[in-house]
Amino acid sequence: MTVKELVSLPHFTLANPTADIEKIISDGICCDLLSWVMAKGDADMAWVTVQTHMNVVAVAVLHDFSCIILSENNQMSQDVLAKASDEGIAVIHSDLPSYQICGILYGSGVKK
Amino acid sequence: MANEYIIREKYLVIANDFNAAGDASASIKTTLKKIGVNSALVRRISIAAYEAELNIAIHSEGGEMVLLMNKEDIILQANDHGPGIPDVSLAMKEGYSTAPETARMLGFGAGMGLPNMKRCASDFQITSEVGKGTNIQMVFKVA
Repeated sequence: MTVKELVSLPHFTLANPTADIEKIISDGICCDLLSWVMAKGDADMAWVTVQTHMNVVAVAVLHDFSCIILSENNQMSQDVLAKASDEGIAVIHSDLPSYQICGILYGSGVKK
Repeated sequence: MANEYIIREKYLVIANDFNAAGDASASIKTTLKKIGVNSALVRRISIAAYEAELNIAIHSEGGEMVLLMNKEDIILQANDHGPGIPDVSLAMKEGYSTAPETARMLGFGAGMGLPNMKRCASDFQITSEVGKGTNIQMVFKVA
């Protein structure tokens, strides 16, 4: 699925409209430990996390992730969101817990 | 000649500046993409660079990253001004970390940085002296 398709679903909202939403989501990672994500991440992943600080964007960009999904209504500050927009990486807000978000992604065909 | 560098860039890394941590790695990634290094290799180098940069920001009193490239290799060096690692073989062990609580709160300190750098690089060398600092050199084969 694409980022655009994901944000068209209920419970998912694009936080930075200028981001590239045509990117394909080919896999996912659900983790709040950035070191772990650095070691295990791969290109075109959707990253589900509750972390919202500047380094989240850096890790997502270095890995060429498709998007960052913030679960349970977590939100980035304006400067972090601006950095994500500059880098073209989509930040998606959801009220759902990480576990349910992963279930939706998996059920939508995001699996390797 | 192999030691004629096409690229030679240096980036300062400031201790405990978590907002700026990642900027050097992003610049390295941009440079490598610009000169046409293949994307899989760019990702590997970027990941290793980020791990090294974060280690300098979290654990050291500051340091620098150096990017070198000749026809055969891309070399990444991470040098800091101390305090040095008392037991390098222990530090290389996956899961071992001395990261402070401030870094752990941000999601760092899983003890995967050094092993991840070693995994990404074709060759990985680390030397450290307590009271002086740590020097890491990673070589990535271009061909």
